[in-house]
Amino acid sequence: MTSVAEQAPTFDCRADFADELALLARTDERIVAVCNDSVGSSNLVKFREEFPTRLINVGIAEQDLVGVSAGLSNAGFIPFASAAAPFLTGRALEQIKADIAYTHRHVVLCGQSPGMAYGELGPTHHSIEDLSWMRAIPGLDIIVPADPAQTRSAVRWAARSGRPTYIRVPRFKVPAVTPDDAPFEAGRAVRLREGSDVTLIAVGTMVSRALDAAHLLAQQDISARVLNMTFVEPLDVAAVIAAAQETRAVVTAEEGLLSGGLGAAVAKVVAENDPVPVRMLGVPSFAPTGSAAFLLEHFGLTADGVAGAAREALGRV
Amino acid sequence: MSTVLSAPAPLRTDDVAARAYEPRSARLRAASPAEAAAELADISTSIRRDIITTIQSAGMGHVGGDLSVTDLMVTALWGTLRMRPAQADHPQRDRFVLSKGHCAAALYSTLASCGFFPRSRLSEFMAPLSPLNGHPARLKVPGVETNSGPLGHGFPVATGCALGAKLRGETWRTIVVLGDGEMQEGSNWEAAMTAAHYELANLTAVVDRNRLQQGARTEDTKSLEPLDAKWASFGWEVRVIDGHDHRAIKEAYAPSTTGRPVAVIANTTKGKGVSFMEDRVEWHHKVPTDEQVRLALEELNR
Ligand SMILES: Cc1ncc(C[n+]2csc(CCOP(=O)(O)OP(=O)(O)O)c2C)c(N)n1
Repeated sequence: MTSVAEQAPTFDCRADFADELALLARTDERIVAVCNDSVGSSNLVKFREEFPTRLINVGIAEQDLVGVSAGLSNAGFIPFASAAAPFLTGRALEQIKADIAYTHRHVVLCGQSPGMAYGELGPTHHSIEDLSWMRAIPGLDIIVPADPAQTRSAVRWAARSGRPTYIRVPRFKVPAVTPDDAPFEAGRAVRLREGSDVTLIAVGTMVSRALDAAHLLAQQDISARVLNMTFVEPLDVAAVIAAAQETRAVVTAEEGLLSGGLGAAVAKVVAENDPVPVRMLGVPSFAPTGSAAFLLEHFGLTADGVAGAAREALGRV
Repeated sequence: MSTVLSAPAPLRTDDVAARAYEPRSARLRAASPAEAAAELADISTSIRRDIITTIQSAGMGHVGGDLSVTDLMVTALWGTLRMRPAQADHPQRDRFVLSKGHCAAALYSTLASCGFFPRSRLSEFMAPLSPLNGHPARLKVPGVETNSGPLGHGFPVATGCALGAKLRGETWRTIVVLGDGEMQEGSNWEAAMTAAHYELANLTAVVDRNRLQQGARTEDTKSLEPLDAKWASFGWEVRVIDGHDHRAIKEAYAPSTTGRPVAVIANTTKGKGVSFMEDRVEWHHKVPTDEQVRLALEELNR
């Protein structure tokens, strides 16, 4: 099997996040980084060296982090508020709702080490709920980059969008999957592979695994389309409807909780339009302890798992 | 390539250790601080060794904060509180809450020493499917009162434990240990107000004042001083001590004399006991090499 995930070089995208942010900060003085004692884990050490006054560390205080960022936005800055994803989204949920989204502040919330990247640290440190939580807040764009190029695009896009945005910055190492000419637009999925039997819709860590699954399925004469749904919000509704009309089943795959995440968003669109069987892969409940790689296997978030779900949805088991 | 692993057995009381714990702890609790100090110091040294080897086997861990909090924890669990390893959920138990939950290795080593579960299980720290998560989980580890790790949770929960005892007219007490960096979380100051308002004289909050947090010194990150005056102004009785002096710690854990909750500001050293880790921010979350483990154990065996 030609495995994208297992043979290609892989990247910790926090470096791309930080490099791109510094690049933008050089030409746009409004850009500031705000963090919570996470200068190192947000990869912002170099940013601080270059822009000592534009790295604001509020200490271990995530509600303060988001509130202060809203105030900085009020004062004309473009804050990139960065903290470990579980604490940024969960702890400051109401600040994100009231101070950022409902107030329509151009603040970029940067959730570091999302999903089960902090596997061994246990469920308190897993960020599997963030997509569900952020989706529940009206008016917030949600970007889940799948590789270094998309991480850079996400930072650039969010700096210019003028919109409240959540970016899930990957730490779990991912291969490069984005073609050079791929668009990066809100509400636009990237079609990574054509296919007519089933559509695999994935985000983040799961994109390369979905591509591998498509290879596996091809060996069984199943033609799988692969969509990288980089924007979970606004979702590419047209691409989901096309998938339901042009292929016979849809499989979603995400490194996150099943209730309320990407799968739920896709399933809603399918159900409201031209229903076809949908299978959702994700995390059903609090995860056990173990490395992120171990936990992805544990929950069947693998190429085999995606391929199996596709066969099941097509009734080919 | 899928790894099929069966979950390790749940953690159960180590009967031998628990039986040894009970009379020894009763004696240490009853002894004067001066009398108990040397013995508590010995226990602390053995816990520090367990911390080092536990982190070595896991290949991960928050060693600096573990070594910082050891003496505070050992004096609480062995020399002050009435723990019941054989009946971890006994309603009359005293409550110990580690709010700075990233220091799970110190907590697990100490709980194992008391007999809450076998010491041999420490080698499973952070292993796949292990009950010994990187952060303490109540449903997995006997002796863990509440989940902690996200900073700013343990103190409000401990305040509720103490308030519950007061409402029920029960005599058991609660000790909660906080990181100094953790004091930057607002939830802690909300709890501080609640505890003072309800005059929770049965609650002791201990700040592990090692002056370092994850990325830098607390005073360079977001300053906390004057910390004693802050607690006092929130209505607490404040005791400032050397957090590695077992005698001073045991004295500071004595019940409140003012009817107010007691805040112990324990001046400590992050990485205490291992010279090359002491007061160095990089040891917040770092794993010693085999050679460093050897050196550390050598220092701790002295
Ligand atoms: C809510 C929350 N934000 C951030 C973190 C990441 N984190 C883990 S330990 C730590 C530093 C804690 O410093 P301190 O409380 O002083 O503990 P100690 O130095 O004694 O280890 C941080 C920021 C966290 N666990 N929880």
